[in-house]
Amino acid sequence: MSNFEPTIACFLCNWCTYAAADHAGSNRKTYHSGIRIIRTPCSGRVEPDMVMKAFREGADGVLVCGCHPGDCHYVEGNYKTERRMRLLGRMLEQFGIEPERFRLEWVSAAEADRFIELVNEMTEAVRKVGPMELTSEAVLASEKGGAK
Amino acid sequence: MSENKKLKLAVYWASACGGCDVAITHLHEKVLDLAAAADILFWPCAMDFKYKDVEEMPDGHIDVCIFSGAIRTSEHEHFAKLLRQKSKVMAAYGACSCMGGIPGLSNVTTAVESMSRACLESPSTLNKDRTLPALSADVPEGTLTLPVIWDTVKSLRQVIDVEYFIPGCPPSPEITWAAIEAIVSGKLPAPGSVIGGNKSVCDECKLEKKNEMRVGEIKRMWQIKPDTSQCLMEQGLVCIGPATRGGCGALCTNVMMPCRGCYGPVEGVDDFGAAMLSALASVIDSNDEKRIAEVVDSVPDPIGTFYRFSLPESTLRRRKIAKEGV
Repeated sequence: MSNFEPTIACFLCNWCTYAAADHAGSNRKTYHSGIRIIRTPCSGRVEPDMVMKAFREGADGVLVCGCHPGDCHYVEGNYKTERRMRLLGRMLEQFGIEPERFRLEWVSAAEADRFIELVNEMTEAVRKVGPMELTSEAVLASEKGGAK
Repeated sequence: MSENKKLKLAVYWASACGGCDVAITHLHEKVLDLAAAADILFWPCAMDFKYKDVEEMPDGHIDVCIFSGAIRTSEHEHFAKLLRQKSKVMAAYGACSCMGGIPGLSNVTTAVESMSRACLESPSTLNKDRTLPALSADVPEGTLTLPVIWDTVKSLRQVIDVEYFIPGCPPSPEITWAAIEAIVSGKLPAPGSVIGGNKSVCDECKLEKKNEMRVGEIKRMWQIKPDTSQCLMEQGLVCIGPATRGGCGALCTNVMMPCRGCYGPVEGVDDFGAAMLSALASVIDSNDEKRIAEVVDSVPDPIGTFYRFSLPESTLRRRKIAKEGV
């Protein structure tokens, strides 16, 4: 378990956190390399199904980042994100996905350091929880008869 | 299906309540038309047949097999595969067969947990010796066996190839008849088609949307007496109609019962529950973090609400099973 390097899918809003991640890079700051950044026009673009697909496709964690409340480029996209992701978070718990694996955070374009801190912190938290090992496909395949 | 020969039909049920078989008889006198047009070769719920009758048929002998129920046990899967081999066309009939249905909600548990709940824990159960069904038992006449129950309930298409999907819990008589007419006349749509409406339940619902959709508070059925002219969602009830395929004639919402999604997702939606979750969350009328939390947390049982009939067909398919005894 100790050499487990979590893969974290990060959905980053183009107007804030993506720019923050960009700054972190251009300032040559280092942070955990297990993240996979997906740039979105707004955190409101992130559909709940996209988060679930990320988990299904092997992400150990999913981080959704948007602009601070009141700062949305499209006025209220991030409020929609807040509502959706909170409801999704409750549903993911029912799916047996530990709360450490899924986070919604607000990071502005000026907060490169905060982004680094967030990624490192979440990586450590997910590392403690362990690999995702989603049972769906595995169970279907191992059960007698199995999936088609 | 040559014209001088009657259509050979089979009807089977797997993990189902029997409501789908009742729905076929719900055609009333049209059942006679069905009997005139087709020979029913197999229908265990309604007529006397034995499994070996099917086993002895040549491959592809049955023209159409109407299959209801989800796949939950080794017996269900065995029979789904056998009927696939013996049938030219397989039609998944009803929500369980199309999407896993109500039995599919067992995917939040495991077989052991379900068994323990049913046989040991449920408040109405008296089982002092804590007896659980065994897979086989020796009796003087020989050995009796039961099928294995799996942890994961599947939809029919997750086990075999399926040509047509007739959704609903149960499918309405109109949809059933439309499907049977198509089968009998040979004018079937392209394989893979869903025989149902092409628009959402909202399109068929007579309730009026009076305002811009804004939900200030989530309410349960017992908390309000709904206004019989206004959209249920506007009144704060969680209605899955916007994401659900029509074809049912909006039977439920027209009598003030919110839609639960038995016809499955509208065309083009990958994950039914996620789409509806997203739609509902977007119309919650607050931008305040605390208030959002209150409203969102008042949605009861998200999986049961958004995937009531479709959990096995969802992106994640089932609850993650914790490793080693957790």
